Amino acid sequence: MALLDIQGVTRRFGDFTAVDNVSLAIEAGEFFTLLGPSGCGKTTLLRMIAGFDLPDAGRILLNGEDLAGRPPELRPVHTVFQSYALFPHMSVEGNVAFPLQMARVPASERKTRIEGALENVRLQGFNRRYPHELSGGQKQRVAIARALVTHPTMLLLDEPLAALDAKLREELQIELINLQKEVGIAFVYVTHDQTEALALSHRIAVMNQARVEQVDEPSKIYGFPRTRFVADFIGHCNLLSGPVMSNGADVVTVDVDKLGPVRVGARSSLASGQRASIALRPEKIRMAVSTAVDDNHFRGTVRDLLYMGDVTVYRVETDGGARIEALLANSQSGRAKFFEVGDEVEMSWPVAAGHFIEE
Amino acid sequence: METRRPSSLARWLVSGPPLLYLLVFFAAPTLIMVLASFRSPGEFGGLAPLVDETGKLDLNVDSYVRFATEPVFIRVFVKSAGYAALTTLVCLLLAYPLAMLIAKSPKKYRDLLLLLVILPFWSNFLIRIYAWMIILGPNAALARTINGVLGLFGAGPVSLLFSAFAVLVCLVYVSVPFMVLPLYANLEKHDQALLDAAQDLGANAWQRFWRITFPLSLPGVYAGAALVFIPALGIFAIPDILGGPEDTLIGNLIKQQFLETRDWPFGSVLSIVLTAAALVLAGSAAWVGRRGARHA
Repeated sequence: MALLDIQGVTRRFGDFTAVDNVSLAIEAGEFFTLLGPSGCGKTTLLRMIAGFDLPDAGRILLNGEDLAGRPPELRPVHTVFQSYALFPHMSVEGNVAFPLQMARVPASERKTRIEGALENVRLQGFNRRYPHELSGGQKQRVAIARALVTHPTMLLLDEPLAALDAKLREELQIELINLQKEVGIAFVYVTHDQTEALALSHRIAVMNQARVEQVDEPSKIYGFPRTRFVADFIGHCNLLSGPVMSNGADVVTVDVDKLGPVRVGARSSLASGQRASIALRPEKIRMAVSTAVDDNHFRGTVRDLLYMGDVTVYRVETDGGARIEALLANSQSGRAKFFEVGDEVEMSWPVAAGHFIEE
Repeated sequence: METRRPSSLARWLVSGPPLLYLLVFFAAPTLIMVLASFRSPGEFGGLAPLVDETGKLDLNVDSYVRFATEPVFIRVFVKSAGYAALTTLVCLLLAYPLAMLIAKSPKKYRDLLLLLVILPFWSNFLIRIYAWMIILGPNAALARTINGVLGLFGAGPVSLLFSAFAVLVCLVYVSVPFMVLPLYANLEKHDQALLDAAQDLGANAWQRFWRITFPLSLPGVYAGAALVFIPALGIFAIPDILGGPEDTLIGNLIKQQFLETRDWPFGSVLSIVLTAAALVLAGSAAWVGRRGARHA
């Protein structure tokens, strides 16, 4: 039995369906992420788990018990809010003590619990500080310590790092991973940032327009997106679409619009003529001046390039007019980058590089 | 970032007129009053000449000594403070739920509700006090109902008018808006996320109010308390019209000294003590309020 069982949950606001028949099972000790663009329903789903909102249909079970009749204060689930929501009139210690006081933990035990929670988030010695005396990262740590101090069954995190700058965010991501390992509490993490989701999670549920499109491990989500939306939303991706030309045993050939036949490793029941897509990551494409080595190869001209330091992104327009994005690590080159705008190049990739998506 | 400071001339032009106004109509009279408190009362009221016929400067602390040595005046002060404190407390208890209701109501109704709170200001202060004379009068429905009920238990008829009760009811009535407005201004700014967080962390409705909303509203409470307490401390019109002989407050006493007894030096002493008490209270309210705001 899963720790948290979301069964066919739907939530409507007037004519708008925020969450549409979502079912998810989250296991104990899991770092689970709800990933999707803003307005996809991920925060509404989180609020329903916390109890601030109730489903119009479906059930949410925690440890097999239906949470429907329980208000937020009686659910063994705590939330870390995006705005931190620290109590401004209480010190760090006062904030962390608050849930212990609400749970009627005896004062003698409180002190050790507070110290333990502050140690978890590496904020020992900050007890007497007030929220306005803390940096954004420190505030977020206090919010996490406050939510963890009573050892809830599950921690809900609503874009907790969104307000921090990139460097600090990365640092806190690493700390979150270690913290979750250390405390062993299931984390349900909401974010719209796909790199964050990939870096942190054991499993990711990608949401789009109130529905869950795919639930999988990060590497599966990235490498084997099940829908065009997932392929496009997670990282950069070339989506090559067209009718199926032939469907062999392990290889499907798609007649990609403006490009021509592309072979991709897949088993599919699609018949010739039915439309399909191939998701092709930019870093899987090889670029050379002339010699093509792989099954799929096309000539094109570099139209734009983005030099990013470690890598360069090339936008290549093929002779047929298709635009394909390729990414090359600069470390292999003696120069700053391999090609310039206007260079004629040969792109190629093996059958196994693409990922076949039925539509 | 560099900001352009207004030139000092412009600043003086803007702040000059109100400064001058306060200087002429507040600072100067206060100074005159301070001086008067050290002079002797005139033979037929008012002030005795500053320089007497022997050419000596007539300045003394007789009036201060009188205030400190005759306990009746201290008693009136204490009674006034008691009335003002009770008024403040009742106002707080009445205004808090109202301010919360307005702050939580939909944005488009808030202005209307606030307007209703200050609507009584549109009619004259004295007229509103006289209206209470009618409401509390012996032939009005209120007194008749109360006395009818009391009669059933064999208790004698009571007079609502000309009593401490009448004074307090009216004091509360005129003061409530001054408590509602600062409380509303404070409560309206509260962040719903804090209440969500408290609830999420296990706080029930009462705990959310007592641990989060109320402490964060303290600056508003102090501001409202100062706005109600200080005017109530010096009030004289309400006890004059609605109070009995026992309800002489410090405001009445001061009025008496200037208009009836015509002992201006002693009236000045009473005024100065009242002003000093008000200043100390307002100062401490501002100090506590600022301390609270530091964490908000």
